[in-house]
Amino acid sequence: MLRLRRNLSRKYWDLKMASRKTAKSRKAEKKVTYPSAAAMPPMAVSSFDMSYNHTGTWRSLKPKIDYEKCIYCLICWKFCPEPAISLDSVVVKGKEKEKPVINYTYCKGCGICWTECPVEAIEALEEQR
Amino acid sequence: MRKVLMGNHAISWGALLSRAQVIAAYPITPQTQAVELLAEMCAEGKLDAKFVKVESEHSAMAACIGASAAGARAFTATSGQGLALMHEMLHWAAGARTPVVLANINRAMAPPWTIWTDQNDSLSQRDTGWMQVYCQNNQEVVDSIIQAYRVSEQALLPVMVVLDAFVLSHTLETVDLPDQEQVDAYLPSFDPEFKLDPDNPRTFGGLTAMDGYFELRYKMHQSMEQSKGLWEETGREFGEVFGRPYGLIETYKTADAELLIVTSSTIASTARVAVDRLREKGRKVGLLRIRVFRPFPTEEIREILSSVKKAVVIDRNISYGSSGIFCQEVKAAMYNTANRPPIFGIITGLGGRDVSSTDIINIVERTDSKPLPDSDIIFEGVTIQ
Repeated sequence: MLRLRRNLSRKYWDLKMASRKTAKSRKAEKKVTYPSAAAMPPMAVSSFDMSYNHTGTWRSLKPKIDYEKCIYCLICWKFCPEPAISLDSVVVKGKEKEKPVINYTYCKGCGICWTECPVEAIEALEEQR
Repeated sequence: MRKVLMGNHAISWGALLSRAQVIAAYPITPQTQAVELLAEMCAEGKLDAKFVKVESEHSAMAACIGASAAGARAFTATSGQGLALMHEMLHWAAGARTPVVLANINRAMAPPWTIWTDQNDSLSQRDTGWMQVYCQNNQEVVDSIIQAYRVSEQALLPVMVVLDAFVLSHTLETVDLPDQEQVDAYLPSFDPEFKLDPDNPRTFGGLTAMDGYFELRYKMHQSMEQSKGLWEETGREFGEVFGRPYGLIETYKTADAELLIVTSSTIASTARVAVDRLREKGRKVGLLRIRVFRPFPTEEIREILSSVKKAVVIDRNISYGSSGIFCQEVKAAMYNTANRPPIFGIITGLGGRDVSSTDIINIVERTDSKPLPDSDIIFEGVTIQ
């Protein structure tokens, strides 16, 4: 299950990164029109790519991971609902580890990661804009 | 295979033969036996379905919507207050275009507590976007559930198959159960274009602003209109395969009728006897049974009503402060036509009070001296002055 979720998350993330758009094309993408009634899906359904939806702008508290305290348990990554935490392969004390990295373009600041972190390695900072 | 079945068990057999894959239901009188038999069928492995025990009807419908959105054939059954509790989710099922099939047993609304039949529970859900089929016998219950899946999976709108409490739900009748193989050939498996899929994640029913909501509602109405043809075609083909054809409406001795009785559900089967008895007296009376109430068979009703001199609509339901609900709809269908007969709207049998063929004859004969009704709402059988 863990592996499955990880692969899914990675795939999703890669696609998000690959489809980074300019401001102009993002604007065009938001406006969806259909050439005919038949071409419009019968229900409200998103297209696959929601990468233009920068949910990071919603944030009022900003999580910051202290990698000195981090034990690489990946609980934050598992719980992140967006998902805005990706994994980065690093070598720590000679061992290969996966390090959680927060993507602030999509992190909503929901607080689940800093609530769930077992070693209090994630700090909630006031968002400065 | 011929079996003696009560209406509740006819519901279970309908779901079994349709190969429902997820059943989420909460028991309520008078529907309980339908759920009990379905649970047994799942436990014995006769029906390869996930049976979800839920804590309320609201959850039952929510589970069905989720299952259907994931591409499974979902089924539930309820009655009266249970249907009322589902109300929010009924809108959701229709708006999300999930082809859920629900068997509703008409039970009069409380208070006072009652368990007997009238149609106010299902008719209160008229504008949720659900298709509604009113059955007159247990055979039709089984047959309609099978047809309901075929129509709903093409139209992408949910269907409510409706039957009378006790008059059908607890009454044993001979039912000819179709062969599973024939049903499988008639009803292909459910394979929706849009579904919840981890390999292709999508958001369903997300916030839709002014630029799209209206169009989605327009499309819902269009699908409802198109489903009239689907019901006709599905009913006709059902007749070809199983020998029992169905349509949006059913007519009885209407060819030369001067007076037409319009009604639904089991009152219609009683009215058939009343028509025969009135014909013996030399009266040219016919019967129109409205089987599919949503989509409303406007064209069919116009065609038949425009050739009669008088119509009597018998409603086992009431819209307080207005009139019977079937009567409102029939009148509205006739208004923009050139030849419309006077329409007498009768309310009777609320709370399951028996409506006999003699009652129906009395209703018809009381209209004889009147070219037009005295009132838009006529109560038959109220014992207070």
